[in-house]
Amino acid sequence: MKPAAEPAHARTASGRRRSAYPYALYLPAAVVYLVIFLVPTVMAFYFALTRWTLFDSSFVGLDNFKDFLAEQNLRVGFWNTVFYAVSTSGLKVILGLLLGVLLTSRLRSRGFLRSAVFFPVLVSTVAVGITFSMLLKPDTGLVNQVLGPYGRDWLGDASTALLSVALVDVWKGVGLATVIYIAGIASIPEEYYQAVAVDGGSAWHRFRHVTLPLSWPATYSVIILSFIGGLRSFDLIWTMTRGGPGFTSDTIASIIYKQYQAGFFGLSTAGNVLLFLLVTAIIVPLTYVLGKRQVEL
Amino acid sequence: MKTSHRLSAAALAVVTSAVLTSCGTSGDPGAGSQAAPADGPVTLSFMIGSDQSIQDTAKALIAAFTKANPTIKITTEVSPGGSEGDNLVKTRLATGEMTDVFWYNSGSLLQALNPAQTMVDLTGDPVLAQVQPDYLPVVTQGGKVYGVPAAAAAGGGILYNRKVYERLGLQVPKTWAEFMANNEKIKAAGITPVVTTFKDTWTSQLLVLADYYNIHAAHPSFAADFTAGKAKFATTPAATAGFQHLADIHAKDFVNKGFGSATVDQGLGLLAEGKGAHYPMLTAILPPVLATRPNAATDVGFFGVPGDDAAKHGATVWEPPAIYIARTTEHLDAAKKFLAFVASPAAADAVNAAVQPTGPFRVKGAKLPGNALQVAKDLQVYIDNQATAPALEFLSPVKGPSLEQITVAVGTGLTPPAEGAAQYDKDVEKQAKQLGLPGW
Repeated sequence: MKPAAEPAHARTASGRRRSAYPYALYLPAAVVYLVIFLVPTVMAFYFALTRWTLFDSSFVGLDNFKDFLAEQNLRVGFWNTVFYAVSTSGLKVILGLLLGVLLTSRLRSRGFLRSAVFFPVLVSTVAVGITFSMLLKPDTGLVNQVLGPYGRDWLGDASTALLSVALVDVWKGVGLATVIYIAGIASIPEEYYQAVAVDGGSAWHRFRHVTLPLSWPATYSVIILSFIGGLRSFDLIWTMTRGGPGFTSDTIASIIYKQYQAGFFGLSTAGNVLLFLLVTAIIVPLTYVLGKRQVEL
Repeated sequence: MKTSHRLSAAALAVVTSAVLTSCGTSGDPGAGSQAAPADGPVTLSFMIGSDQSIQDTAKALIAAFTKANPTIKITTEVSPGGSEGDNLVKTRLATGEMTDVFWYNSGSLLQALNPAQTMVDLTGDPVLAQVQPDYLPVVTQGGKVYGVPAAAAAGGGILYNRKVYERLGLQVPKTWAEFMANNEKIKAAGITPVVTTFKDTWTSQLLVLADYYNIHAAHPSFAADFTAGKAKFATTPAATAGFQHLADIHAKDFVNKGFGSATVDQGLGLLAEGKGAHYPMLTAILPPVLATRPNAATDVGFFGVPGDDAAKHGATVWEPPAIYIARTTEHLDAAKKFLAFVASPAAADAVNAAVQPTGPFRVKGAKLPGNALQVAKDLQVYIDNQATAPALEFLSPVKGPSLEQITVAVGTGLTPPAEGAAQYDKDVEKQAKQLGLPGW
């Protein structure tokens, strides 16, 4: 695609040219970046190697990493994290695309529906978690009152807890995916649809051969965003189940948080470093593969 | 294409550093130090816990104290309960921004606050004159005393509905077998035998923690050996019993419907209404219920977690939390004055009028009121018979942080009891290592 080629061209041309702004202009941003991002990151790598009680710290080498990897429920937490990231980002792609198609059609109340779909994104995650905990209560919750005899203890039952939280996450996040898709679909030139019409294609052809492939950049953004979000998922899980019942809905982030809560600050920092490495290990190849796909189009 | 790579790399960097920093604390830096005028009124800041009974107790203490000392004002600040509150307290102490005085647990949790660096040493101070000497060990670290008892002690065991017992003609059980036999009869009568509230995960620990009297009866040296890393839950049959009990109750389906999402308030409601017969719980949790269900004062009784031997039946006692002075206070005299008042019979009288105590006071000369709660009377019988032991967390600095998740898993049938006990041993080992205790 054209836009992808342009920056590369611009880069070679501007490579040896003077920078667009005097360096002094970069300074404020650089200081903020240094103090708020770089320094804590470097400190985190150091404190991960210590036994740290807030009052003092002593260097223990790689013991924290050993202890964190020996954490009893890390395996469960790891698979829960992967399940959560894959299922939420998958559902967000499918539902977001369908809603995007619906809301770019010539519906009369399109504007209102777009806001309605986007609304949950604006609500605080913790508020969403508390609201749904109430809705999912076994005896008094609305969900079970509607379902009647099919109701169950959604969050208190090990087999449904994580899935329930994942579905709430999709409800909350699908609005953002939809907006990205709306933008993607709206930017598809009208000519392609006209060409399908000239060839006598049906609505399915328009969707399958124009909308779907040409909204790939939107899909790519949605997958990356929601997958990273899913891997670090914490706030919703913590408000709704606290990783329970037992350890059955623990994710890596909630395991890390529990170490921090217990006052094992060095140990929880080591867990964060490992989570950083894990997210990098998954996202970098994913970005590469998805980015390649984008170019082939 | 290059751009998209660089962009996402930048996004990645931002997101991941957010991950790294997201576990920071959000404690507000307010309530700093205010300049102390040489004379005139002094304002003490006082951090308390979020439980209703703590707030009521603190309010009663403050009202009585400021009435006697009109030049001293006390403002309170509420910290969240559970481990979030622990972290807030720890952070505020570490950064030197703690309130002048604060309410906090005694026993194992105190050890993690590093009192030698963060609190005012009260050893030998007249503040302690009226504190019962038996209490001092739970507010002592390294031979120095840091706090005064803030409330009455509590019993940990089984709260039971006496009306249900009366109606079904049951006897208070002295062994676990008798307890389970009672449960069968209660279930047959259509009442929930054992109220279980796993939404508030901490409540799941009671059957393990309150079983300590039975462990102590079988192995008097368990606490010392446990601290030294020599005694384990998984290899001591008396200690594994607590986990076994949890599993038995679930296996026999003695629990209430929706127990996985039930809260303490719901559990106390079930018990007070007679829809549930037993609730493994601390007596201290009862007072707030009395406002809406006054019948709980006489209908709800208490017995210790039954063990194997009827002749050795007893109860586990939770020592009261304490009030401490932060080292950073600028009003040491006023703070000491307040603590001296808290540890006096006058303070006990003030508290009695506001919150019904659920166990004995730890202050010399302080008495339970004549119309004491049934649970307090029941606990007093155990104390008079010298059939009590403090909970393990008051005898040992070691307490694994994941016990409540492990006990939920065991009590939900997800983890077999023996495995749960072994998991807890590993959890304890991790904590002991992080505390840097000798022998681990």
